[in-house]
Amino acid sequence: MNNGDGKVPLLAARGLTKAHGRTEALRGASVELGAGEMLAVTGASGSGKSTLLHCLAGIVRPDAGSVTYAGERLDRLPERRLSELRRSDFGVVFQFGQLIPELTALDNVALPLMLAGTSRGDARARAGEWLERFGVRGQGDLRPGEMSGGQAQRTALARALVTGPRIVFADEPTGALDSLSSEQVMTSLTHTARETGTTVLLITHDAQVAAYADREIRLTDGVVAGAGVTA
Amino acid sequence: MSTRHILLGLLAAGPSHGYDLKRRHDERFPQARPLAYGQVYTTLQRLVRDGLAQIDGTESDGGPERTTYRSTEDGSRELARWAGEIAPPAPFVTNEIFAKVVVSILSGGDAAAYLRAQRDAHMERMRQLTAVKTAKGADLATVLSADYALNHLDADLRWMTTTAARLTTLTAEVDSA
Repeated sequence: MNNGDGKVPLLAARGLTKAHGRTEALRGASVELGAGEMLAVTGASGSGKSTLLHCLAGIVRPDAGSVTYAGERLDRLPERRLSELRRSDFGVVFQFGQLIPELTALDNVALPLMLAGTSRGDARARAGEWLERFGVRGQGDLRPGEMSGGQAQRTALARALVTGPRIVFADEPTGALDSLSSEQVMTSLTHTARETGTTVLLITHDAQVAAYADREIRLTDGVVAGAGVTA
Repeated sequence: MSTRHILLGLLAAGPSHGYDLKRRHDERFPQARPLAYGQVYTTLQRLVRDGLAQIDGTESDGGPERTTYRSTEDGSRELARWAGEIAPPAPFVTNEIFAKVVVSILSGGDAAAYLRAQRDAHMERMRQLTAVKTAKGADLATVLSADYALNHLDADLRWMTTTAARLTTLTAEVDSA
């Protein structure tokens, strides 16, 4: 399997297995992600989509198999190096944005920059630019509870991208949104990823959301279904 | 789709000639098959015959003379009647995908493989339509038309996913019939 252009993939997983207790979430899943590519991972509930994302993003370690990111074996990295990498190279967005409820949209987006050592003023200025890019600059002073679901998700995307990660992992980013809000979120994400060359791994059960990606793989019972593989 | 009603709808904006109607149709319904000139002129003649449109005059703009048409009062009434008429909630259960799955099961073919390939083709078309509708500057007609196609393809896709999951049961039923 390769990403179609013959280049070395930015992120590759081979034969991943992962069990939660007695439930095998992944049973030998393999996937490759090219630099700048947007890949949709689809599949029914319980097919292992989120577990795959957690393994690829270095949030959990697989029981077996390998995850290679830019030449480094993520599954073997010490925890300290792994969290460093997660902060510098990866951005993550979940179904419910998981913004900090006490902070305004602007401060939520500025926070990752401040944690990385940027001054508050500079961080807030850059956060404002990213809110603008996602069309929610006018909501900068609102707290998450005061925003619509779509505005909150666009703020969460701005927060995931503000540090300039190479890969954004999005786990059902539109799962809680109506179809128009979902379209706004996906259009913002797609345009921004293309403009900045950011690689995106998108988990979704919705084919209309998957259609924003360049390519789709389907998970069935913890393995990747596709040509030559029985679903 | 009723070409005569679409043309009446375009004439509602004011008198127009056949070439212009064809152009505006193709702009307004960008995902539809473009209208053939012959079809436009035949339809206009029938509208005139039925008293729903009439010849307004001719114009030339320096080129060949063109006949312009306008809607009549009967035409406006017919358009309003058609636009408010409920379309039958069509059951698409006899469509080609469904037929191919059943035939494949009857003939011992690989229905699951067919469904996977068909699903990939649907996804590819959905990616194209999504790119069309999210392109910067896409107009409302294009977006609405792409939305309509996307939702129907999505419905097919959900049916195919469920069918793939049911295939074992379905095969057993067809075999025992």
